[in-house]
Amino acid sequence: MNNLFSLKDKVIVVTGASSGIGRATAIMCSQLGGNIILLGRNEERLKETLNFLENTGHLYFSLDLNEDDDVDIFIEKLDKIDGIVHSAGIVQSQLFSFLKKNDLENMLNTNLIAPALLTKKIIKKKKINKNSSIVFISSISGPNVTYIGNASYSASKSAVCGLAKTMALELAGKGIRVNTILPAMIETDLINSIDSSSEDIEKDKKNYPLGDYGKPDDVAASACFLLSSASKWMTGTDLKLDGGLTLR
Amino acid sequence: MKSLQKFTELFAEQFDESEDVVFEPTTIFKDIDEWDSMIALSIIAMVDDEFDKTINGDIIKNANTIEELYNKVIE
Ligand SMILES: NC(=O)c1ccc[n+]([C@@H]2O[C@H](COP(=O)([O-])OP(=O)(O)OC[C@H]3O[C@@H](n4cnc5c(N)ncnc54)[C@H](OP(=O)(O)O)[C@@H]3O)[C@@H](O)[C@H]2O)c1
Repeated sequence: MNNLFSLKDKVIVVTGASSGIGRATAIMCSQLGGNIILLGRNEERLKETLNFLENTGHLYFSLDLNEDDDVDIFIEKLDKIDGIVHSAGIVQSQLFSFLKKNDLENMLNTNLIAPALLTKKIIKKKKINKNSSIVFISSISGPNVTYIGNASYSASKSAVCGLAKTMALELAGKGIRVNTILPAMIETDLINSIDSSSEDIEKDKKNYPLGDYGKPDDVAASACFLLSSASKWMTGTDLKLDGGLTLR
Repeated sequence: MKSLQKFTELFAEQFDESEDVVFEPTTIFKDIDEWDSMIALSIIAMVDDEFDKTINGDIIKNANTIEELYNKVIE
């Protein structure tokens, strides 16, 4: 498919590709012609994702993105890339009054520091081509709204938006674009880990003007758009993707 | 302390699109097309990382060649 949205021959790193939004993004990128490098810790689930990909020429590396040495080894092996989608992330719900230093640090390590340093190292090692695109999966929680128990998660996601804007400014000279996506609730394993009853969930869906939670493919489609040359004049943007939730 | 040769290599590493430029101690770096304020900031950060020395914009402004800058860095 040779159109504006094509990712043909682009090498795209997708973190968190073993699950949810990262997996859906990797699959869609492959359908648009990209060569995908899948990252995550769980090797079995990375292999599952690999099996879902269209075409050949994809790779996976299982690693913990919080382990600096493993990240360095990965980058040594890497050839030049054209895009990164940072989808690896964790959630933890904790009332602010009960916030523990350790939990806050874990959240920031995975959601902010790991993606920041991975990208920095790729750039420093000159493993990224001119006109590449970097996409962070942030959240509406933090930049737009928040929820009870989300102090550290919202902090990490707002921080990612600040990081991305500065990167966008500093990397523009290299033709590298940096944008974020702010999804509202997306139906993945991550929300199954939040302890709400299915009744609560159905009720919550009614808050969405478009009538439902998002699907991993909805986020994947936005990520593919931001990776493609269709968005070549977009940088430093937070792309809200929320079924209308924050309109009211 | 790292040598002038090493400094010249580290200096060159801050450039992405100057493959055709030969970086030598006598190179007048501000004449390189790619030279801009972002690269100047990269040089300041590189000197801080690699030479553990804080230099300011004036030092860069007042140097013409890579060697002149190196001499300021090791002062
Ligand atoms: N689902 C939502 O409603 C929603 C809404 C807004 C934003 N988001 C954001 O979207 C992103 C993806 O969420 P999701 O719903 O797809 O979550 P998910 O299904 O739980 O996937 C999270 C992914 O992150 C990876 N990961 C976590 N820690 C890692 C580490 N230290 N090293 C390497 N990989 C790590 C996991 O892989 P392994 O377990 O294999 O390591 C997994 O593939 C997250 O950043 C999340 O905050 C989600």
